[in-house]
Amino acid sequence: MATPLPTLKSRPLTLTYEIPISKTQKFWNGIKEGKIYTTKCKKCGKLSFPPVADCSICLSSDAEWVELSNEAEIETFTHVAILPATFQKYEPYTIAIGKLKEGVRVLAWLKDVKLENTKVGMRVRLLPKVTSESMLTLEFLPI
Amino acid sequence: MRNVAIIGVGNSKFGARQDVNLAELAFEAVKPAYEDAGITGKDIPFVALGSAGGWYEETLPAVVTAEYCGLTGAGLVHCEAACASGSAAFATAYLDVASGHNDVAIAIGLEKMREVDGPTILELIGRAGYYFWEFHNFGITFPAYYALHATAHMAKYGTTQEDLALVSVKNHKYAAMNPVAHFQRVITVKDALESAVIAWPLKLYDCCPVTDGASAVILASEEKVKEFKIDTPVWVAGLGYASGTANLTNRENYVGLTAARAAASRAFKDAGVRPEDIEVATAHDCFTIAEIMAYEDIGFCKKGEGAKLIREGQTEIGGKIPVNVDGGLKAKGHPIGATGCSMIYELTRQLREEAEKRQRQVPLKKYVALAHNIGGTGHYGYVTILKR
Repeated sequence: MATPLPTLKSRPLTLTYEIPISKTQKFWNGIKEGKIYTTKCKKCGKLSFPPVADCSICLSSDAEWVELSNEAEIETFTHVAILPATFQKYEPYTIAIGKLKEGVRVLAWLKDVKLENTKVGMRVRLLPKVTSESMLTLEFLPI
Repeated sequence: MRNVAIIGVGNSKFGARQDVNLAELAFEAVKPAYEDAGITGKDIPFVALGSAGGWYEETLPAVVTAEYCGLTGAGLVHCEAACASGSAAFATAYLDVASGHNDVAIAIGLEKMREVDGPTILELIGRAGYYFWEFHNFGITFPAYYALHATAHMAKYGTTQEDLALVSVKNHKYAAMNPVAHFQRVITVKDALESAVIAWPLKLYDCCPVTDGASAVILASEEKVKEFKIDTPVWVAGLGYASGTANLTNRENYVGLTAARAAASRAFKDAGVRPEDIEVATAHDCFTIAEIMAYEDIGFCKKGEGAKLIREGQTEIGGKIPVNVDGGLKAKGHPIGATGCSMIYELTRQLREEAEKRQRQVPLKKYVALAHNIGGTGHYGYVTILKR
């Protein structure tokens, strides 16, 4: 193997962003209560997921919070074998996009189903979850 | 809008370029572009540099590059459109000349990706969608974004993993003949199918490599083409650009890219040509499924028939529409921000009938070419049509 060419190491920089969630707090609190909330525009009736404080269709900022069902159908999925830097400590995971019966789509991990048994069109449940690291998230589970 | 010609192009060697820093890499593309046009930086009043950045140390790559390449003083802008940053720079430079604001402009595409480790690259590109809703909790990677499309395309149209492998085999075949390509070797369908899974159903050979590279394109008005005595100008015939939602969940489906379809239809309208007029194309094959979707989104075939096109060899030289005969992103390499300009470099060389090596030269009658460049997972779409 060839000797690596000379390089100079830059000064290291670690970045952590503090992301405001005041306008979507109902969604994050809902997870702790075991519920999935999203927003519906009071003016034009558009149901959004992810939840939004401001409607991109009619530009109204008058939204109401509604609870979503947990019934979903898998539209597509992948099994991620090679993981990014901040996910190195996890086992490979399956990411799926599911369409809820209300019509909105959600992207989340699909748990407890082997890759060979995962199919487009399969029906699953979407559940809120507080992880062992206290992260607030959603996951799909088999029915 | 007035006519604009490409009067000079240059492309660095693509690959793992630990021998050069960011500005030195750009120089390898810019100097040959000056020489190709027979001008210098002093003749260029406007510079648009496309680079996604994040994996190299400089925050202002346009400023660093302009100084190093003798372009300081010119109007300067840094364009970001993820993997289509080079096309965004090209479009910006084109519009500057087409509007009459300047008579000459240069677009430079530049990326130095290999100064950080592999998991960090996956992290940075994985965040290039909607970090807050799709990466933060779910660690989606770029291969995974396209794998979601591959799964959907396979389920709906019966596209197979073998079809995906055929794209890789074709693009490696042409890269092996392209002196600037990252990979210089052919592979087999078996090699592709047996390679390690990255994000199922995509395997190592379905994915473009992590590449360092630069490319440059000089544009000029008709008067300048005459003044500089350019013997073979290549004209920008049409340009189309469009965008898609940040959240993948807000897309209509996962079997094509709306931004690509919209950009293509705008470019065809702008150029006054149709898909059947195109004689050579570069398509955004960051992953093999992306090339199959590109055939359909551009209109080289009907929706769902992309796999048939590759199975029949219609996108090879001698087929209906040769695509990525430079090796594509898959095997020439995909230095994110350089790719858009590198596509223009390749098509300009093809239209001038000077492709290296000669076996890669597509036979031409109408002299019409198309570049399809996608940023993110269909977040940005750019389609450019060129004519000699």
